[in-house]
Amino acid sequence: MPVSVTDRRLLTAIEDGLPLVPEPYAELGRRLGLSEAEVIARLQGLIAGGVIKRFGMVVRHRDLGYTANAMAVWDVPDDRVGAAGRRLAEFPFVTLCYRRRRQPPVWPYNLFCMIHGTDRRVVCDQIAQINSEPELAHCPHAVLFSRRAFKQRGARYSVREAKETA
Amino acid sequence: MAAADLVTRLINGYQRDFPLTPRPFRDIGESLGLRENEVLSLVQDLRDQGALARVGAVVAPNTIGASTLAAMAVPAQRLDAVAAIVSGYGEVNHNYEREHDLNLWFVVAAASAEAVAAVLRDIEARTGLAVIDLPLIEAFHIDLGFPLPCP
Repeated sequence: MPVSVTDRRLLTAIEDGLPLVPEPYAELGRRLGLSEAEVIARLQGLIAGGVIKRFGMVVRHRDLGYTANAMAVWDVPDDRVGAAGRRLAEFPFVTLCYRRRRQPPVWPYNLFCMIHGTDRRVVCDQIAQINSEPELAHCPHAVLFSRRAFKQRGARYSVREAKETA
Repeated sequence: MAAADLVTRLINGYQRDFPLTPRPFRDIGESLGLRENEVLSLVQDLRDQGALARVGAVVAPNTIGASTLAAMAVPAQRLDAVAAIVSGYGEVNHNYEREHDLNLWFVVAAASAEAVAAVLRDIEARTGLAVIDLPLIEAFHIDLGFPLPCP
């Protein structure tokens, strides 16, 4: 869906989160020159349109004990990668799954999934379970556990001036 | 109800579908048996402790801007210094060391694809190291939150 200038201003205004006050949408409205009802309606529209994938508590998973975090990757033939990705997305322990461009020869892999776990052995078992899927048979793969998080926060699309799209 | 139990119910219950109502914290309080100001101070405490990043939106990639996943193979003795350079960009929101020859992985998000590309070129110029650019082609599943185990 197209994102209007006003929607973009609203998303920018909540990059650091809703104001923690009793009436956060009214407060946002005051900052943006919108009514409370319009703020709520615009957020509902952005959620319904798929621009906002989720709206609520955004946790720092490492602080909650999720320290065994693996990025598992596969090199899946292009004609099978869509089916494989949709299958992987069904596993309850997969937090993210997407297809990215390969960069051969250094990076031959095109299918990525993230598993955020609390125990490295459990995560390895989960990856073995994924690997037994027929869509991934004989596909080269790699597992990259994270060692250190140098930085982790929400995206800020407002860093450079946004182009007006509507 | 025990404090840990309240935190679990608050986080598990409201990582998605946070109330879009005029008094969301009052409405959450009704489901948890707390007053509005108690919910607000619980949320504020979780934020102060760092467990909660924010109450807000996770935006789908490539809807209001552009982003990419990038990786670098950094010599071990330079890793801290190069990671500090990368983290210094406002456009970089995640930056991790991973177990691989490509040992530094980061996400760059900006208003346009040109702005993202400019950050990658700048990092290459400042570090003298190649940056591998791995843009998204198709998302199958995106950030639906992290369930907390029951305490």
